[in-house]
Amino acid sequence: MKITVADVEYVARLARLALSKAETELFAGQMDAILGYVDKLNELDTADVRPTSHAVPMENAFREDAVNPSIGVEKALANAPDRVDSFYRVPKVIE
Amino acid sequence: MKFQPVIGLEVHTQLKTGSKIFCGCSTTFGSEPNSQTCPVCLGLPGALPVLNKKVVEFAIKAGLATNCIIAHHSVFARKNYFYPDLPKGYQISQLEEPICRKGWLDIQLEGQEAKRIGITRIHMEEDAGKLVHGDVPGLDDGSGVDLNRACTPLLEVVSEPDLRSSDEAVAYLKRLHRIVTWLGICDGNMEEGSFRCDANISVMPVGSDTLGTRAEIKNVNSFKFVKQAIDYEIQRQIALIEDGGSVVQETRLFDPNSGTTRSMRSKEEAHDYRYFPDPDLVPLVIDADWVQHAHKELPELPEHRRQRFITELGLPEYDAEVLTASRGVADYFEECVAFHHNAKAVSNWLMSEVTRALNDSGAAIDACPVIPSQLAELIKMIDKGAISGKIAKTVFEEMWKNGGEPQAIVEKRGLAQVSDSGAIEAIIDEVIAANMAQVEEFRGGKEKVLGFFVGLVMKASRGKANPALVNELLLAKLKVQ
Repeated sequence: MKITVADVEYVARLARLALSKAETELFAGQMDAILGYVDKLNELDTADVRPTSHAVPMENAFREDAVNPSIGVEKALANAPDRVDSFYRVPKVIE
Repeated sequence: MKFQPVIGLEVHTQLKTGSKIFCGCSTTFGSEPNSQTCPVCLGLPGALPVLNKKVVEFAIKAGLATNCIIAHHSVFARKNYFYPDLPKGYQISQLEEPICRKGWLDIQLEGQEAKRIGITRIHMEEDAGKLVHGDVPGLDDGSGVDLNRACTPLLEVVSEPDLRSSDEAVAYLKRLHRIVTWLGICDGNMEEGSFRCDANISVMPVGSDTLGTRAEIKNVNSFKFVKQAIDYEIQRQIALIEDGGSVVQETRLFDPNSGTTRSMRSKEEAHDYRYFPDPDLVPLVIDADWVQHAHKELPELPEHRRQRFITELGLPEYDAEVLTASRGVADYFEECVAFHHNAKAVSNWLMSEVTRALNDSGAAIDACPVIPSQLAELIKMIDKGAISGKIAKTVFEEMWKNGGEPQAIVEKRGLAQVSDSGAIEAIIDEVIAANMAQVEEFRGGKEKVLGFFVGLVMKASRGKANPALVNELLLAKLKVQ
């Protein structure tokens, strides 16, 4: 097994996902199968291949440093579940 | 047992661009919350980031000025974590392929040899938003989120753990602060958070070569606090170890009110950021031409200029250091010297009168109401004997308050130095006649009385008499029986 139940629980916690025991076991099996399949690539010699970070052979896409109008406070907050004045309001974050 | 502190710093400098790093929203500080946002910096679904070219140019400049290698190929990565000030759920940063690597800066503490501090890397990233607690009416038991700062461009400069004391750490920070402001890529405003620092601190027994467990102190935003935070943390760790305990690797927060650091529970969870290359941003390729071009555009750097002030202009080391504290001061100084080749006199004026007036008014050197040609002219008038140094201060005040050329002010207010010996002798005669008792004292051998007479003569001439001439004539008259 490449992926264990403990791995799935760990990743789920990092992603803030509440999985049932059944889901955890199901996903562990599925993810293990996926990684097992991808593992076939290890049969190839890739010593001289640079790790691929991007699928499209493109580089240097820039914009100039110009200010564009923002969308405005009302639009920015339109879908917010809660707000106070111009702030999004979230449960208290204590340091 | 004696302990050796080991310190490395991570400095975040906010770049002085007009727009954000991946969108066109303004970076202006202090606007209405969330008024400078758009789908990209709000992290709305489907929005795509496009890199601001100026951020890359600034990063290259910072790299060159700190002796770094500029990477031919670099990549942006996503750093994944959840926090309410991070709308996308990840921060776009750089991990494995940062834009600059392997640089250094030299620091020098008073009375010590210069020391080279390694710079591991410099990378580009976006800032998070700002959280507000309590001080907004209606917020009650919640926190407010302002995303104006989200997506503001930052450079993170990571040093090697080469620093061995809080003084070295502050010296390094000041050098770095001077460079980024000198290059004009960061406004250096620490109160507004444009230049802030995380410190990694550990201690190990002297002579050991195994580093101790480190604690990271987050977001310290003044030189004074950096020193306090590091000193406190070193003492805390030593006390802990001496009591048989051990240092825990954790993130701590500095509290300026108590001067202490405390553990940040919210960040206790093990860091696992699951970095991966950001598929929305294509790789950055910087060729030799680009680097060469950036090199040509660099201004003369502070360290080089400091040396030149000493060797070319013959300034003392102290003056050269003060005058290269900022590029504005160094430029002002050199402009003055171009008009009047008395570097030491210009230096004296800049370090005393000009600095005092700037401090009193809170103005920066580039907003100095007395321009370099005028200050140079004023000093030239002193050197030519047209006015005394004391009168020059009066003229300077007038120039500062109401503007105008020094020559015109001197003429208008009748401040020209009197070097006409006849006129001065007339005043001396009056003064002597009115103070015969003191004349006797002088003639009786009490030579200190000379100062009393000089004062009276200068006062009678309303400061305009040539002091050297007054001295000479007074001595002659007083000595004649």
